[in-house]
Amino acid sequence: MSQFTRRGLLKSGVAAGVLAATGLPAIAAPKRGGRLRLGLAGANTSDSWDGRTHSDSFMIMCAHGAVFDCLTEVGADGQLKGELAESWEASADAKTWTFKLRKGVTFHSGKPFGADDVIASLNMHTAEGAKSAAKPIVSAISEMEKISDHEIKMTLAAGNADFPFLLSDYHILMFPAGEIDEAIASGNGTGLYTVESFDPGVRFVGKRYADHYKGDDAGFFDEIEVIAINDASARMNALMTNQVDAVNRVDFKTEALLKANPMIEIMEVTGNQHYTFPMQTGLDPFTDLKVRQALKHAINRQEMVDKILLGHGKVANDHPIGPANQYFAEDIEQNSYDPDKAAALIKEAGLDGLTVDLSAANAAFAGAIDAAQLYQNSAKAAGININVVQEPDDGYWSNVWLKKPWCACYWSGRATEDWMFSTAYETGVPWNDTGWENARFQELLLTARAELDSAKRKDMYGEMQMLMAKEGGTVVPMYANYVDAHSTKLANSGTIGNVFQMDSSRMMERWWFA
Amino acid sequence: MSGLLRIIVQRLLLGLVTLFVVSIIIFVAVNALPGDFAREILGQGATEESVAAIQKQLGLDRDPLTRYLDWLSGAIRFDFGIPLSQAMFAGNFGSTAIVDVKTVVQQIEPRLYNTLFLAGLSAAIAIPLAVTLGVLTALYRNSAFDKIMNVSTLSAISSPEFFLAYILILFLAVLNPIFPSLSNINPDLSWGELVERSMLPALTLTLAVTAQMMRMTRAAIINLLASPYIEMARLKGLSPMRVIIKHALPNALAPIITVIALNLAFLITGVVVVETVFVYPGIGQLFVDSVKIRDIPVVQACCLLFAAVYILLNLTADILSIVSNPRLRHPK
Repeated sequence: MSQFTRRGLLKSGVAAGVLAATGLPAIAAPKRGGRLRLGLAGANTSDSWDGRTHSDSFMIMCAHGAVFDCLTEVGADGQLKGELAESWEASADAKTWTFKLRKGVTFHSGKPFGADDVIASLNMHTAEGAKSAAKPIVSAISEMEKISDHEIKMTLAAGNADFPFLLSDYHILMFPAGEIDEAIASGNGTGLYTVESFDPGVRFVGKRYADHYKGDDAGFFDEIEVIAINDASARMNALMTNQVDAVNRVDFKTEALLKANPMIEIMEVTGNQHYTFPMQTGLDPFTDLKVRQALKHAINRQEMVDKILLGHGKVANDHPIGPANQYFAEDIEQNSYDPDKAAALIKEAGLDGLTVDLSAANAAFAGAIDAAQLYQNSAKAAGININVVQEPDDGYWSNVWLKKPWCACYWSGRATEDWMFSTAYETGVPWNDTGWENARFQELLLTARAELDSAKRKDMYGEMQMLMAKEGGTVVPMYANYVDAHSTKLANSGTIGNVFQMDSSRMMERWWFA
Repeated sequence: MSGLLRIIVQRLLLGLVTLFVVSIIIFVAVNALPGDFAREILGQGATEESVAAIQKQLGLDRDPLTRYLDWLSGAIRFDFGIPLSQAMFAGNFGSTAIVDVKTVVQQIEPRLYNTLFLAGLSAAIAIPLAVTLGVLTALYRNSAFDKIMNVSTLSAISSPEFFLAYILILFLAVLNPIFPSLSNINPDLSWGELVERSMLPALTLTLAVTAQMMRMTRAAIINLLASPYIEMARLKGLSPMRVIIKHALPNALAPIITVIALNLAFLITGVVVVETVFVYPGIGQLFVDSVKIRDIPVVQACCLLFAAVYILLNLTADILSIVSNPRLRHPK
């Protein structure tokens, strides 16, 4: 029970007044207490606390969202703020970064957190033989220098204005130096919740860490219980029968039942997750810009959102930057479904009709084969004959993607424009699934990377998105929403993060029982 | 009795031979699965080089015969190695030293315990229920009761398990919240809570196995009811219930035991679907998880375990039939 004091009343009264004045809906102040029970998909018996291996929602929620912290954090409003780092400064060329670390932070074992832990934690990703998805980020650091226990200087091989943003990645968790192996085995981090019990692929129980530096601003539950429920129907049932308070990845087939239940609310955000049809621009007929443009106008994006995502998505515009990115350019003219224009472009290319193979398997994304067939159908009106080749799910990423001239693919998106572009669209990178090489694009990419002026970056990234939309090799039909559901007993600040599922995986930190 | 002992030893040895043959089949079948661990774990990042690197690290690039012999020699010593996923993480530390890594046996053990608990609970409900119903339907054969029982148990067995599970969830968890739809069990729970949380999967399994046992009991008893000695018992003026319990049932035990043993084996090895629906952390879920990422050591160990359970329970059934039948116990 929270105590009703005059001071508390004044404080909450003032807060409500401020909220009312700013036009935001007045939301009750967070309340401490209770045991949050989550039912999450994406768990496996092979799960561990090793941040480098995390790729699915269960461990991302438990580690990044509860037990561990990063140096920086993307707030629910999309703005970057410090987590274990208090502040940071860059040199003019964005090459040297000095981070001031938060003081008085301890790991759950009681060990104080400092610069040594940062160095050791970052080195985990570049260790010999380590397979970390964050390796490209960390290997860009050429030198790390400890200035004091709470100050650290990092020098990058090349300037990167997004560097602090990249450090918020869920792989780059802070572990205690010298006891990393033990910390991975037991889950010893600096996060809001300590590990009470963890059974991989089954369950995680955490308890609020009393001495946490975020104090009264976050982590309102006394205890959290995260239950692995990979089966979609079982997950929905668990929420319906009140055995969990929230679930991720709502099953669209039973969504209507959830909606009909007055005790359940569905939350849906459009993030950066998107589906693509990359064409290898180095192979005929995709070498011809007109052919690529014709195919971009031969797809009915809205129909795909309606039929493949059952409305849980947003039409995309043939570039990989999404609404959760800082410099997402919404004002670019939408590539629309226009069979006449597509047919005209084919004619301009000097072709008499077009027949192309499109390889797809549901491993690319749920419903990829259906999507390919919809594409086939919509392209027919433009005289383009798409031959859908059904590939096996197994080995799709090694045998089809990057191998076949045109296929289906998905991207979960990246936190920054530079990261996304340099993962898959920079000249010569291994995952450039369109084999795209564009001099202007490349030039902008390198300039924007080292540019600290936000306005200039906005222009540059805007132009890059436009270049991709007009000339790029990939067809991006849609962004897929993150759709989760929760009991109405839960409350939040009113702003929900869209970097990842479940309030950017920080439900345990930002929510409370109303 | 020495005759019986000889039979047991004989059958045990035969069981071992069967297990050996099964081990070959398992190995071949598991290795014939399309896709492999490296590709599953790397997902989109599965380039030729990284796949080859992981395969080399985990020894998956060796020829199948070497891998089989390696596995078999370990299995004989009850050492099933380390799950590929765990070995992979150990490698991720940048060292080859394997610290705090769970072995296959350690991973299977708690799950097997959970599955055995569920099987035990289901058997404790299903066997008495099935045998009682069998006796009653035999007693009142061709009555309305008999027909209703037959139709209902047969429809239960004819429905897919997940369907039964959802029906039970609908009636016992959603409409009347008596039992939880989620079997969220862990070692800290009391016995009562364990039973409560495992009740729905146990009931589903009960529905899935009752029909066969009941029908076999009924058939075996009815079969005997035409024999002269039963007629004699009737002529003596014994009550029909007494005739069945005292005179018919003991002689009908052999087929009933066999079918019970087979169903027990099913309760342990056939729980994959039920465990998935109720999120019961048993061996079935572990099995599905491991197949999904092609964690071969775990998959193989589970398969071998399932095979061993079948062989042992069949063996037990055979021995119990012999024990229950004096003519087999004392062959001329």
